[in-house]
This record gives sequence, C-alpha cells and structure tokens, in this order.
Amino acid sequence: MTSYLLETLKSRFPQAVLETHAFRGDETAVIAKDALTDVAAFLRDDLGFDILMDLTAVDHLPREPRFELVCHFYSLRHNYRLRLKCPIGGEAPSVASLTGLWAGANWFEREVWDMFGIKFEGHPDLRRILMYDGFEGHPLRKDYPLQKRQPRIPHRD
Amino acid sequence: MGLETAFGHSYLTTRLDEAVNWARKYSFFNYPFVTACCGMEFMAAFASTYDIARFGAEYPRFSPRQADVLFVVGTVNEKLAPVLKRVYDQMCEPKWVVSFGVCATSGGFYDNYATVQGIDKIIPVDVYIPGCPPRPEAVLDALIKLQEKVSKESVLDRKYR
Repeated sequence: MTSYLLETLKSRFPQAVLETHAFRGDETAVIAKDALTDVAAFLRDDLGFDILMDLTAVDHLPREPRFELVCHFYSLRHNYRLRLKCPIGGEAPSVASLTGLWAGANWFEREVWDMFGIKFEGHPDLRRILMYDGFEGHPLRKDYPLQKRQPRIPHRD
Repeated sequence: MGLETAFGHSYLTTRLDEAVNWARKYSFFNYPFVTACCGMEFMAAFASTYDIARFGAEYPRFSPRQADVLFVVGTVNEKLAPVLKRVYDQMCEPKWVVSFGVCATSGGFYDNYATVQGIDKIIPVDVYIPGCPPRPEAVLDALIKLQEKVSKESVLDRKYR
C-alpha cells in the first residue's frame, strides 16, 4: 500500500529519507540528521503539520549510530499523523533544534537533553528540566549505572 | 449533663506523663506532605465516611510550624528530599512522622536514579503504613498505633531527640 505522505516525502527529499515504514496506519520516515530542519519545515509549511505532539529519543546502545530522535507530528487541518526518526551518533551527540518551527519543542528538547544528553543546536535555553542542578550524567542512557544514586542531601545511616 | 457534674469541684491526681500524653494523642495536628496518588486515599481517609475526628486528628495545618504529625504521602525523589527535610526541621517538638504508602516507606517499585528509597533516609519515621495505596482502615490503624506510641513516651524524652 502506498502512502501519500511517505511518497511525497520520498520524492521531495530522495537523499534525506533513509527508510520508511507503515504499520496499521502509523507512518514513519527515518531521516538523515542534517536534513531534519528542512524536512520539518516542509512538514509544517507544505503538508500542514501544525502540531509537534511529542519529541523524545531512544538509546540503542551498542548499535551505531547510538541514539535516535523520535518526533510525532499531527495535522489538525487534515487529521494526519507522521513519525520522524533521526539517527544521531558520536561522542557528543547533537542535532538541530526544532524550537524555531514549533515553540512547543522547547521543553521536549530540554527533557531529551536532561535524560539522554543530546545537544540541540539553536535551542534558546538548553538547561536540565527534570533533574536538579549538580546532577551528573544522563539517567536514561543505557550505560548510566542502574544503582547509581546522587542525593542532594546526605542520607541517614 | 455529663460526667463532670458528678465530680463537682473535686480534683484528680495522675502522672504528668499520663496527662500530657493523653492530651497529645487526642489532638494531632497534621501536616499533609502529599506528593503522589496516595493523596487520593489520604483524602478518603480524612473525609467524613471514615471520620478521623473520632481520633482527634482531623485538623490539617498547612504550616509545618503549627503541626504535630507529618504525613508523608507518596513518592519522594532526590530532588524533593531537601524540601522534606526542611519541612520536618520547621516543625516544633513534639513531632511525629507517618510514612503513608510503600513509596514513602521504601521507594516502592521505583528503584531508580530519582527516587529516595524510603523517607527514613531523610527523616526519622514513627509509623509506616504499607499499601499501594493503603486503605483508609490501614490509616486509622496507623493512627491508633501512633496514639499507643505517644502514650508510652515521657515528656523528658523529647528534648534529647
């Protein structure tokens, strides 16, 4: 079955779309990291995706590239949904920020920075959002020690 | 008229501990430190159906300085731990702490980077209530346990704590 959205993306960005798949109506496109901003702008301005519903990440350690950014888009006008995935690798993973396109990306990206340590270039205020000041490391990384605790005040006993 | 008319202008003798503890155990002012879903069950336990006023403990104070019993209701994470410690430190003696539900007691199933594995890592606890969440009957049971504990204390114990 051919999908209008995925076919449109593939014909518009033949180099950037690495892979597509669809499962029971959930359509996904895997996009090269460098093209993320262009593809996202095309989604918003030409395909009518006015809402960024979610932006998160997955740590696929030991796979390389290690991280994958996952963005869920929704179009109120057309009742379309689309998922973009974007592999990110390297010692200091980073990707372009989507805050310029959807203001709602701000806190999502802060959370991904906090939990996975992925930097968002162009983000206006990239601070931790959940963990406290002085917390070291990024706890949802697969190599964060399971039993590691970082108390803010000394524990009794 | 009540029993007091039969006594008239007489007096009773008792030990100071007995009189003070009797007054303390029937007039707990609670500070509800509610952080999670256990709060719903806390509200149920403190609402009219279970009538916690029977134990003299129905009066929540939202200032720790006016409270006797700190109810820690729900998960406490490392980010919040200094706040809990500060609330406890602001309470005047005599003070007691009730750990409400498994998360406050032991971290519950949140054995992870964020969660304090039991509030007794932060402050001393007098009574633990198990349950996820505890039933209101368990809360009343804990309150009675706390009353028993209070009735066995001495007024001299407190200042050395």
